[in-house]
Amino acid sequence: MKIHKYDTVIVGAGGAGMRAAIESTKRSRTAVLTKLYPTRSHTGAAQGGMAAALANVEDDNWEWHTFDTIKGGDYLVDQDAAEILAKEAIDSVLDLEKMGLPFNRTPEGKIDQRRFGGHSRNHGEAPVRRSCYASDRTGHMILQTLYQNCVKEGVEFFNEFYVLDLLLQDVDGVKKSAGVVAYELATGEVHVFQAKSIVFASGGTGKFFKVTSNAHTLTGDGQAAAYRRGLPLEDMEFFQFHPTGIWRMGILLTEGARGEGGILRNKDGERFMEKYAPVMKDLASRDVVSRSIYTEIREGRGCGPEGDHVYLDLTHLPPEQLDAKLPDITEFARTYLGIEPYTDPIPIQPTAHYAMGGIPTNVEGEVLADNTTVVPGLYAAGEVACVSVHGANRLGTNSLLDINVFGRRAGIAAAEYSSTADFVELPENPAEQVVEQVERLRNSTGSERVTEIRKELQECMDANVMVFRTEQTIKTAVEKIGELRERYRNVAIQDKGKRFNTDLLEAIELGNLLDLAEVMAVSALARKESRGGHYREDYPNRDDVNFMRHTMAYREVGADGTESIRLDYKPVVQTRYQPMERKY
Amino acid sequence: MATPTLEKADEAGAPEPGFADSPYITVTFRIRRFNPEVSEEASWQDFQLEIDPKERVLDALHKIKWELDGSLTFRRSCAHGICGSDAMRINGRNRLACKTLIKDINPEKPITVEAIKGLTVMKDLVVDMEPFFQAYRDVMPFLITTGNEPTRERLQSAEDRERFDDTTKCILCAACTSSCPVFWNDGQYFGPAAIVNAHRFIFDSRDEGGEQRLEILNDKDGVWRCRTTFNCTDACPRGIEVTKAIQEVKRALITRRF
Repeated sequence: MKIHKYDTVIVGAGGAGMRAAIESTKRSRTAVLTKLYPTRSHTGAAQGGMAAALANVEDDNWEWHTFDTIKGGDYLVDQDAAEILAKEAIDSVLDLEKMGLPFNRTPEGKIDQRRFGGHSRNHGEAPVRRSCYASDRTGHMILQTLYQNCVKEGVEFFNEFYVLDLLLQDVDGVKKSAGVVAYELATGEVHVFQAKSIVFASGGTGKFFKVTSNAHTLTGDGQAAAYRRGLPLEDMEFFQFHPTGIWRMGILLTEGARGEGGILRNKDGERFMEKYAPVMKDLASRDVVSRSIYTEIREGRGCGPEGDHVYLDLTHLPPEQLDAKLPDITEFARTYLGIEPYTDPIPIQPTAHYAMGGIPTNVEGEVLADNTTVVPGLYAAGEVACVSVHGANRLGTNSLLDINVFGRRAGIAAAEYSSTADFVELPENPAEQVVEQVERLRNSTGSERVTEIRKELQECMDANVMVFRTEQTIKTAVEKIGELRERYRNVAIQDKGKRFNTDLLEAIELGNLLDLAEVMAVSALARKESRGGHYREDYPNRDDVNFMRHTMAYREVGADGTESIRLDYKPVVQTRYQPMERKY
Repeated sequence: MATPTLEKADEAGAPEPGFADSPYITVTFRIRRFNPEVSEEASWQDFQLEIDPKERVLDALHKIKWELDGSLTFRRSCAHGICGSDAMRINGRNRLACKTLIKDINPEKPITVEAIKGLTVMKDLVVDMEPFFQAYRDVMPFLITTGNEPTRERLQSAEDRERFDDTTKCILCAACTSSCPVFWNDGQYFGPAAIVNAHRFIFDSRDEGGEQRLEILNDKDGVWRCRTTFNCTDACPRGIEVTKAIQEVKRALITRRF
């Protein structure tokens, strides 16, 4: 075991982690621990753009953006946080441009903007061009630009270091962060990083679904580490299903395709979104569009022999426009489906895309141990966190924005904290839990296989807690996940080595997914209403009287070692916007 | 794992996968194994799979790892060609395993899969990427400007933006660099990927560091080592005209115009 000492440690090197690292490296001795190489992070898969009311191409302002974000989140958004997001969006985009990001340009040479779902002019009048973009690889360009600037600033990376545990210590009755424990993939060695402040920026957890746009590596490692150490997880029942994933594969096809004029059609060729969202049509918010697609499919208007998908039609757009604005997604259709989008519509279905919930933080990125108490020295930003700017449903282009605005804020706050704070003493034997976990898996002679449990988990989640949920389906999921968690105790791996043991890591990742899937299902069961991405067929309406509040899920361990989930609730921060019925 | 088993979707009566007209075929994957914890020698190992040929090579590798041999080791993440983790040598050519469909690489014969060349193999298909990223860092891959920053964005015409569009697509997968015979023989050569990323800034109208980067690439291990074999262009999974970019950097060195 090796012990390292840094002022600030950042866990994760996607957009949020690297944006934080650029700030914190300027101000404090910083290490970034990442399970991948930084440029492999899933920020790079984001396509369509980053929202900011630059008003470069038409009238726009941050107040409209704030309103759209709150409405898009079905009024579960903390309104103070949404206002910060929309206000700081403008500098955030300009900062990236100055760092070198090659945005598409207007004829005047300014950053070009395009339409995106849920973003509107003057509180819902019509779609507005607010998304700043670089072709259909905006996330790729953000990830590259941030990595380039990390190189410039001399950010210190520990690549393929997998953080497995968070060390918290009670200091005079206050829970403080002391460090993290990481597993080095190349050698199998365990490392302890003592740090004054820690920023979790480890991304999402979409891999508990089968059809998902998420990378194999998005397994909720940060959320699981915090949760197991007694910190709450907020709003985990809210998961976004992106309307346009490639049929059966789940690969993302950007909403920018509809922003450029693409149309969703059912088997009769009908532009069905006109029925569900007369104003915004195909550019309604993602939860609305995904539900509309499944309604079409359920009512027998789906395409194909099994009627299990609909079409994204780009055939009326000029090939030059597709080549210039949507080259990557049209190539995905060619590569994976053998379809030519110039002439043929693309079969799509909703795909599990984004966790609105996560580790609760305030607007400075400080992690909360309950509804109000900050954990000194601990920060989170990006998809792992819940600020909450996305509420019950995130708007497209607001996540690339979130990682930049709150990644920057967390990086600055963490570095400032570490410049005044002292190190918290490490617990005796700090790596104990990780060493025990790794050795147990490596030596296990159990009969269960990772692949079987993971497959059953993913199928269960797709079948029971996707776009449509009922008490019955969620209960089925809770029961099944409980059974899988039991079986997981008996899981064994084949690779017993130390060097690059990805077999071992997949087993650990599965453990994280199982814990988080259970939190999600239990949180969903208790929310007896429909709001944003959480749709209950047995409670089809929003219930502001009983449920305009955030879910806070805690792991409880009884005296006999039995685990359970305790749910609590936190009020939504409301400033100037009263909840209204949501129409697009 | 989702499977891309799509027939032309609107054809009536298309066969359902898994029934009478099973899409599955038997394919042999011949994989170059190496694990110094077990043996100092690398060796080939064959795996036979029943698999839909419309699946990706990455799907096949997962099937082997998850169902046959958990010790098979490779990197992967996004599984659709944008993260750059899974560059490998498939049937003797550098490709991304997640962008290569089995049907496109003659599944009648054994499909060979080995680590990319020119970088030290750590285990099976995993190589040491550090020298590759070091070369990238050495070309100053970031925007260099002087003077005060403007309040708003820097202006750039659509034409100037287009000038370096191709090289902004790079995902740093190393398929190009590790396909280059010059790099195989001399790991000191910067390699195509580093030059591509230098090109991305040299030809960006906002950048003022072109001279510095050109000096770096004028080095004995710089662009002049390129023998124009076009292996890099063939290998690039993003379709970047890598050799052309290298030629443009060479020309800029001669004319000092960019």
